[in-house]
Amino acid sequence: MTQRGETQSKAKSTDDSAAPGFSQPGANDVSGVQDDWVAQTLKTSPAISITTDILPSDSAMGIEAPPLPTEQLLEMYRGALTIRLMEESLLAAAEEGKIGGAMHTAIGHEANAIGAAFALRPGDYITCTYRGHHHGLAWGMDPGRAIAEVMGRADGFAKGKGGSMHFVSPEHGLMGANGIVGAQAPHAAGLALASWLRGEDRVAITFFGDGAFYQGVMHETFNIAAKWKLPLIFYCENNRYSEMTPIWRTSSIDDIYLFPRSYGMASMQIDGNDVEVVHAAVSQAAARARAGEGPTFIEGITYRLAGHMAGDLETYRPQAEIEMQKAYEPLTVLRQKLRARGVEETQIAAINEEVDESMDEAVAFAEGSPWPDPAEAYRDVYT
Amino acid sequence: MRRTTYIQAINEALREEMRRDENVFLIGEDVGHYGGLFRVTRNLLDEFGEKRVLDTPISEQAFVGMALGAAMVGMRPIVELMYMDFTLVAADQIFNQIAKYAYMTGGLLNIPLVIRGQQGGGKRYGSQHSQSVESLYAHFPGIKVVAPATPYDAKGLLKSVIRDDNPVAFLEHKMLYFTRGDAPPPDEEHLIPIGKAEVKREGSDLTIATFSYCLLQALEGAATLHEKYGIDCEIVDLRTIEPLDTETIWESVAKTGRLLAVHESYAMCGIGAELVARAYEEVPHLLRAPARRVGMAPVSIPVSRALEEEVLPWKEEIIATVLEMERE
Ligand SMILES: Cc1ncc(C[n+]2csc(CCOP(=O)(O)OP(=O)(O)O)c2C)c(N)n1
Ligand SMILES: [Mg+2]
Repeated sequence: MTQRGETQSKAKSTDDSAAPGFSQPGANDVSGVQDDWVAQTLKTSPAISITTDILPSDSAMGIEAPPLPTEQLLEMYRGALTIRLMEESLLAAAEEGKIGGAMHTAIGHEANAIGAAFALRPGDYITCTYRGHHHGLAWGMDPGRAIAEVMGRADGFAKGKGGSMHFVSPEHGLMGANGIVGAQAPHAAGLALASWLRGEDRVAITFFGDGAFYQGVMHETFNIAAKWKLPLIFYCENNRYSEMTPIWRTSSIDDIYLFPRSYGMASMQIDGNDVEVVHAAVSQAAARARAGEGPTFIEGITYRLAGHMAGDLETYRPQAEIEMQKAYEPLTVLRQKLRARGVEETQIAAINEEVDESMDEAVAFAEGSPWPDPAEAYRDVYT
Repeated sequence: MRRTTYIQAINEALREEMRRDENVFLIGEDVGHYGGLFRVTRNLLDEFGEKRVLDTPISEQAFVGMALGAAMVGMRPIVELMYMDFTLVAADQIFNQIAKYAYMTGGLLNIPLVIRGQQGGGKRYGSQHSQSVESLYAHFPGIKVVAPATPYDAKGLLKSVIRDDNPVAFLEHKMLYFTRGDAPPPDEEHLIPIGKAEVKREGSDLTIATFSYCLLQALEGAATLHEKYGIDCEIVDLRTIEPLDTETIWESVAKTGRLLAVHESYAMCGIGAELVARAYEEVPHLLRAPARRVGMAPVSIPVSRALEEEVLPWKEEIIATVLEMERE
């Protein structure tokens, strides 16, 4: 492990003393950790890229992730694979010129969405970002209609008006993906507020990237949510890049989960590529939220295996880095887990085949969907 | 004459002005090491280093406000907004602060900064990445607004804008980035004055006043109108929106007696509304038919190709409106 990694795990070993898996605000000596960490960072930064230093497997903060039933893992595998195949189909379609604009795929991010979706209940709310295909599918959207939307067809869930950056499905609790970095976080806080005002036990979760951390609105939302103890989960999918810029180049802090602690918020850093770890973390956070203990911040360390958006030439990161990350990507990790449980290769292969077939059908459905009627352009401005 | 892309023209203007004046620096997301999402600032970091080309976090309010701070003491920041839609993310700094600073300080301070970036539709980026924001900028006194359509104008205007002692919004268009056109040789003192429109096509029947990507649409439309209907439009490229060069427009209207304002942003409260209003205030006697405007439909910009084409006010809409006006 590199020098930087060592620095970080040193800081973490102090942190880990706070059971169970994340620290209660003020319950551990965060400031001590931070000082130590800052001192270390000043010495070493920014010679080494955190993109290659912190591998997901190094990052889980000792969170206890009880093994999930194999049946559920198989369902999670099916879900994650569905996302992966949809994203691959979409990238292929984009290359053929069938998709315009900015399309951000979630290849490599699947476990963050799947683990979280399985940990939450129907009735809970979610908001997310332009990189939101995985959340959409994990929360139950139909891939055919999702692809149709991205292609701008009439059968898209928003009739082709929203597209890739604006996935939405109120019936599944998905209240909207957003094209403006950070904008969706206060929306989730508002959903949590509504739940609290109405005396419901719904929680809201909002997903955002590492880059979003540096938008003022995020910090405004952290403070209010913590102060009002809103039933909210902040989930940061830290893929270590903000568009084409590695996050260490612009962030004052490496371990961003430390930030929310200064707002008095419980926070943890986890392996975002491991569905069981994500599931455990989100379950704990949801339990706290429902118990009226307020928001939790989760930093899921993950990695985006494809470009920032379709057409990205990826000149800003070495191929070797991507190759290395493949050992930790969610599907690989999931397959390893399944094999370790004694699941037969044939069973995995059967799922692969089924998902593959249903994705072919979804793509065919989307491509067969008509263009929207031009009159549609003028509807929905007002209701 | 050499030909360059619009992107290259801007890149050259930045480079030349950064060489000329060490107070000029660039700040924005991805502008440094990557060279900008659209590669407009490509290779500038190599020449000028990290102190002149600054990669920021996604913190528009902060870095736009910082540009204001640096400009107060005579630096000349050029802020790139990755999409001009993000004007709205940094709106307090732009409209409550930058636009008012010189005025509120009674002229004790002046703010020589540039906010630049691409705007506009046509590439299916959807509602939050395709808007045109010129009328927003023009509405608030204190910020000049420039929106060139050709590489030649882009280079000359950007150089002037960087040398201007006021805040200026320099609006590029994503559909213009890869268009090619004449460009003066590098390093020439090629300056196009702010506030000067230019006649881009001569004609005697009707004046189209437009800017940015709509200029190309209007030129195509005018060619069709000439070939098919024998109508000769004169096209005035505003180039600068604030301050508006109405003199050049009225000169043209004096010849044609008809005015059509064309732009991609909404007709409601758009630059066209302003132009038409001013025509009636200032030169009603020149108008032989009602002045009109064309803007995009009053809807958010949809992603679907079919719907985006429907709502953008391009060539077909210009042709149709001109034909209607000719019948009047
Ligand atoms: C306010 C705002 N600024 C800039 C952008 C352009 N932009 C889109 S994605 C992105 C990077 C976001 O990085 P991160 O939050 O880490 O999420 P990731 O894309 O890595 O999932 C940027 C700068 C935007 N959409 N909104
Ligand atoms: Mg990121």
